[in-house]
Amino acid sequence: MKARFLPVMCQQCGEAPCEPVCPVYATYHSTEENLNVMVYARCVGTRYCANNCPYRVRSFNFYEPEFEGALVEQLNPDVTVRSAGVMEKCTFCIQRIRRADQKATVEGRALEDGEVQPACAQACPPKAIVFGDASDPESQVAKLIEGNERRYQLLHNLGTKPAVYYLKGGASNV
Amino acid sequence: MSETSIEPRPWTSEPATTPDLEQQVEHARDAHLMLDPRPLEESNQQAIASMQRTSRLTWAVVVVLLGGVGMAAASWLIQIATGIGVTGLNNTIFWGIYIVNLVYFIGIGHAGTFISAAFRVLKFETRRPIARAAETVTLFALAAAALFPFIHLGRMWKAYWMIPYPNQRQLWPNPQSALLWDATAILTYVIGSILFIYLSLIPDLAMLRERTTGWRRVLYRALALGWRGTDREWSIQESAANIFAYAIIPVMFSVHTIVSWDFAMTIQPGWHSTIFGPFFIVGALFSGVAAVIMVMAVLQRFMKLAYFIRAEHFDAMAKFLLVMSFAWIYFYFAEVLTNWYGNLPPEMEILDLLMHGAAAPFWFLMLFCNIVVPVGLLWMRRVRRSPGVLFVIAIFVQIGMYLERYIIVGVMLGRPEMPFRWSSYTPALELIIAVGAFAFVASFYLDLHPRLPHHPALGGRRGAVVQWAAQGGPGVHERQVRPALGPAPGRELRYGRIPGTRAF
Repeated sequence: MKARFLPVMCQQCGEAPCEPVCPVYATYHSTEENLNVMVYARCVGTRYCANNCPYRVRSFNFYEPEFEGALVEQLNPDVTVRSAGVMEKCTFCIQRIRRADQKATVEGRALEDGEVQPACAQACPPKAIVFGDASDPESQVAKLIEGNERRYQLLHNLGTKPAVYYLKGGASNV
Repeated sequence: MSETSIEPRPWTSEPATTPDLEQQVEHARDAHLMLDPRPLEESNQQAIASMQRTSRLTWAVVVVLLGGVGMAAASWLIQIATGIGVTGLNNTIFWGIYIVNLVYFIGIGHAGTFISAAFRVLKFETRRPIARAAETVTLFALAAAALFPFIHLGRMWKAYWMIPYPNQRQLWPNPQSALLWDATAILTYVIGSILFIYLSLIPDLAMLRERTTGWRRVLYRALALGWRGTDREWSIQESAANIFAYAIIPVMFSVHTIVSWDFAMTIQPGWHSTIFGPFFIVGALFSGVAAVIMVMAVLQRFMKLAYFIRAEHFDAMAKFLLVMSFAWIYFYFAEVLTNWYGNLPPEMEILDLLMHGAAAPFWFLMLFCNIVVPVGLLWMRRVRRSPGVLFVIAIFVQIGMYLERYIIVGVMLGRPEMPFRWSSYTPALELIIAVGAFAFVASFYLDLHPRLPHHPALGGRRGAVVQWAAQGGPGVHERQVRPALGPAPGRELRYGRIPGTRAF
């Protein structure tokens, strides 16, 4: 038996099972970016979305988040700290996407490929995570997945249409 | 019955004492169950007497139960102050005991109104004592169930966001969410059930208004809505209750179907099943009938209502329980067989967990409680007519059905599609709240029992009164009435069956 390690963040499904089940629209689909967006302030904590996520990548604030001492100073000023009782999810660092998008709009140009990096892609030393606009055929991510026979999606048989593609390992078996 | 000439007796709360008369009363009741030949006032007094005695033991039990409710309330406050982390839930199993309790109590609540309404629709005149016990079970179980969606919420103080109300940002609840369907269905059922119960209570409340003093009289006067007992009022009440009975049966079916859809609409393995709707309805009736039997046994034993709740009633309910057990077995077998034969890996992981894994003790105990105990014992007439044994069987059924819901929620959720997220669930603080909910239902019942008539005294007599009136008998006012027994000459059919009704 070989252990395989995959970073499984929110797959940002095109047909997300988590979205229709929320009774208060706290999670909904952003068609422009094809993202599952979460309105944390709207969440009442039924946890229905997380139960219906086949990847189980949502996590719940079981307690009030606590940061000891000077760690508070390191909190991201662009991101709210959510209270206990609220569902958390990977947003693909939507605050970065929005900021870059606004900057490009102000400068009167289109968003460039590679201009936005989510924190996970930025932090990964061997650049194993590539982020970009898959609908733009010129983008790095589109070139990586287009026609690549190594590509696959997690649980694609469920029809959730995940936005995240993985590339199968070759000899390294990763 | 031979022709007798018995002088009318004055009103008294004492039962008839002549041995011969007692014998004849019993004989008539054996033959016709509810057509009690005793003077109406006597059975009224019997019903009232059962409501006015509250023993020290009852109060002691209520105090203990309220202690349990208090502990649960304190636990809930701790959970609100700290977070859902005080429960045993984790980032794989997001629903636990709270949802189990919700489904369980809604299930209990279902049987009550269903039994009462179905008996009315089918014109089982013998239904009356069962109906009242069943209706009150519904009321209290629904009261407990309604708490759990709130206890379950991560931010219960924002619960009102799930209600459609006009607001500045024009945000409305999501009609696509099964939770919204659920809330709507349950609310409909709660309102319908309360009205249905209240309708049948009105004549009894009026009876109590006439025969009580002090604050009780004030309360009953307000609740009785000026009921005088005229024929017109009776016929309006009867047709209103009939309309409600026909309307509430489909509501009952829809509610538990929709509760099951909270699970079935997801794509969680083990939950995503088309059979869940009817399966949950059957399970609800199964546990609900058992709960009604338990209440009947307690009333009969401790509240001196043996005169009204008789072996025939237990026998009928036990048969119903046996039928529901068979139905449950059928649905569960179909569900498990389909999953097993399909051999899909996610479903098989769950079956493996149930049959050979950590959940096996729960699973086999559930099968024992839901199949072996009821099917093994209820075929015996002696068992069916023994309230004590039935009570024990009903407890087994309760355990089995609670475990069934626990397995669906607490066990199956631990096996999502992605194995790296597999997990198990050990309840923590929520157990206190769960136990508190049972104490809540029980104390509610004991607290309220001196205030509401358990036995629809007048309702039970309605049939007899109608019949007398039709034959030119003494009619509604029985003051001058009516020797306790014996058909007047030439009126041998007096104690016969009311047309259009039948006994069990």
